Amino acid sequence: MSYSHKVIDHYENPRNVGSMNKEDKSVGTGMVGAPACGDVMRLQIKVNEQGVIEDAKFKTYGCGSAIASSSLLTEWVKGKTLEQASQIKNTQIVDELELPPVKIHCSVLAEDAIRAAIEDYKNKNHS
Amino acid sequence: MADNTPNYFTLFDLPVSFHVDTELLAQRFRELQRNAHPDRVANGSDRERRLAVQQAALINQAYQTLRSPLLRGRYLLELQGEVFNDETATTVDSAFLMEQMHWRETLGELREQADPLDVVHKLLDAIRTRQTQLENDLATYVNQARWSEAKVLVYKLQFLQRIYQEAELTEGELLDIH
Repeated sequence: MSYSHKVIDHYENPRNVGSMNKEDKSVGTGMVGAPACGDVMRLQIKVNEQGVIEDAKFKTYGCGSAIASSSLLTEWVKGKTLEQASQIKNTQIVDELELPPVKIHCSVLAEDAIRAAIEDYKNKNHS
Repeated sequence: MADNTPNYFTLFDLPVSFHVDTELLAQRFRELQRNAHPDRVANGSDRERRLAVQQAALINQAYQTLRSPLLRGRYLLELQGEVFNDETATTVDSAFLMEQMHWRETLGELREQADPLDVVHKLLDAIRTRQTQLENDLATYVNQARWSEAKVLVYKLQFLQRIYQEAELTEGELLDIH
């Protein structure tokens, strides 16, 4: 199987790799894993008082497509409101990265990760 | 799973249970293999030979499934009608995933360690300990027909199997160097 040049670009130059303090109230953390391949993904967002995502970081252990999916997603969510970010669909990632059918689950994982991060942020700030 | 496929436990004349007598399983496997060997019908018709090959493949598949606690657990759940959507399933137990991430980090940073072989051995031990623990829990859940909880454990065991294989691969690479 060959990767698209976009996947290779994100894999070789991943954007926003790193971590944030998950105890920080303005940080939402999403941890998800894919049992099929053992991939693990952590996606974090920093949200300002206006509900806009100021920064995003990720760490992914998995194949090139999983890394590229999470890297792309961190780029996309920056500057978006939580509402806008929660509307991102895995199919948009599939289209952008030209993922083959066997790698669609990598994009599902990224979508689940951002949802989990948003959920975590909301839980922290509405209690 | 096709409906006409015989139950693997029936095939080996074993009770449908998470607990399997592995010696008995291996013994029955050898017997079945001997009786179904395609060479026995080498002079038979095309149909006979094709059926013999199919039967040998089925016996092999059943044996591999029943002897692995992970695959056996998964098979028992499938017999109960549980469906495993591997392509879309995600695990969200964050404590479990943190440990996975930590282990992945340990593997990734191995070559910076003074004694990488020692680190990888400790990692393999830690994974095995966790596997044994989850397999015991899985046995309990299956026995108590707590299928949805059992399914979560099957998925977790799949993660463990994957990282265990990677750690073993790394161990092999390290041993080649020394």
